[in-house]
Amino acid sequence: MFVSVMNNISLYAIPLILLGITTYGVVKKVKVYEAFTEGAKEGFTTAVRIIPFLTAMLVAIGVFRASGSMDYFAKLVAPLTNAIGMPSEVLPMAIMRPLSGGGASGIMNGLFTEYGPDSLVGRMASVMNGSTDTTFYVLAVYFGSVSIKKGRYALTAGLLADLAGLLAAVIITNMVFG
Amino acid sequence: MINYVWFGLLFIGILVSLFTGNVQVVTDAAIDNAKTAVELSLGLIGVMALWLGMMRVAEEAGLVKKLSRALRPALVKLFPDIPPEHPALGSIMMNIAANVFGLGDAATPFGLRAMKDLQTLNTTDDTATDSMCMFLALNTSSVTLVPASVIAYRVAAGSANAVEIIGPAIFATTISTTVAIIAAKLLSKSRKHRATKPDMVVTNSVKEGGN
Repeated sequence: MFVSVMNNISLYAIPLILLGITTYGVVKKVKVYEAFTEGAKEGFTTAVRIIPFLTAMLVAIGVFRASGSMDYFAKLVAPLTNAIGMPSEVLPMAIMRPLSGGGASGIMNGLFTEYGPDSLVGRMASVMNGSTDTTFYVLAVYFGSVSIKKGRYALTAGLLADLAGLLAAVIITNMVFG
Repeated sequence: MINYVWFGLLFIGILVSLFTGNVQVVTDAAIDNAKTAVELSLGLIGVMALWLGMMRVAEEAGLVKKLSRALRPALVKLFPDIPPEHPALGSIMMNIAANVFGLGDAATPFGLRAMKDLQTLNTTDDTATDSMCMFLALNTSSVTLVPASVIAYRVAAGSANAVEIIGPAIFATTISTTVAIIAAKLLSKSRKHRATKPDMVVTNSVKEGGN
């Protein structure tokens, strides 16, 4: 039941938002077509401006991933994660999560195939993936788009939040499903 | 710090691949990802144009202002440096709303627009303001209520109850968002970061949607 409600929400959300905004605009006597195209102009410059930052991040993350460094790093910190109740199988995903959304989803799907989505490993990976975002990617692209070079404490705050979300995911998954 | 992280990823990746003899994969990964980055950015143009166009319509109709007024008490606490009528509050609100409802495609255009609006309040060219740091901390902690893609992957993998992770995920994301807010607030008050804080542009009146 809940799944079908969720599916319906994602099915109708965009059409209803588009309908709502344009109708509201017409009611308020906005020249909707002209306003739309005026705003849309910004899309091109912004998308082109983020290319260098996206390239830098994706290349570095891609090289790190492809080299298999993740597995060595996971082995290195395994004693630490075992102590907090995180199965070592989930660790590569936890490390990948702040770096790359696609990479983390790939690892999660691998865990689903190997252990099943309803195993403790599968559930923990799901909760973790659903509760944090790709910190490095967001920072690089958002700051890059306005040429900010000194991010001050943004990365520290973002990584602290990631760490907290990670620990919370481990604890809550063990409590609910353990 | 981003310099060390970036270099570290490349350095460790290449070193490990040299030791394991897996050198070709590094070459492939570097070239492929460089291509992907451009494809991703260019692919974003259409979606960006769509949502930024819609946002302009919503702005001119006064809808953005109306919605951000409703959220003003919370926004003012989080972003005390932004003048109450500034368009940055509107785009920040649109970005957070898109994230909360799992509309990832719309979140990025609004987020980049928010950065642009925030930059108009910055007296420096290259140093992040407290508001930017708070906005990014919020963004990276993911305020998603429904992790739609994770649920879709679980359904595809044949989960008996794909949505059972929503509750725990909301719990975890609440914790991470709370920590993000507290960390950003505390760090902004530290002596080191106060010393590098850029001055804010002083504005008396701000035109709606102006930039």
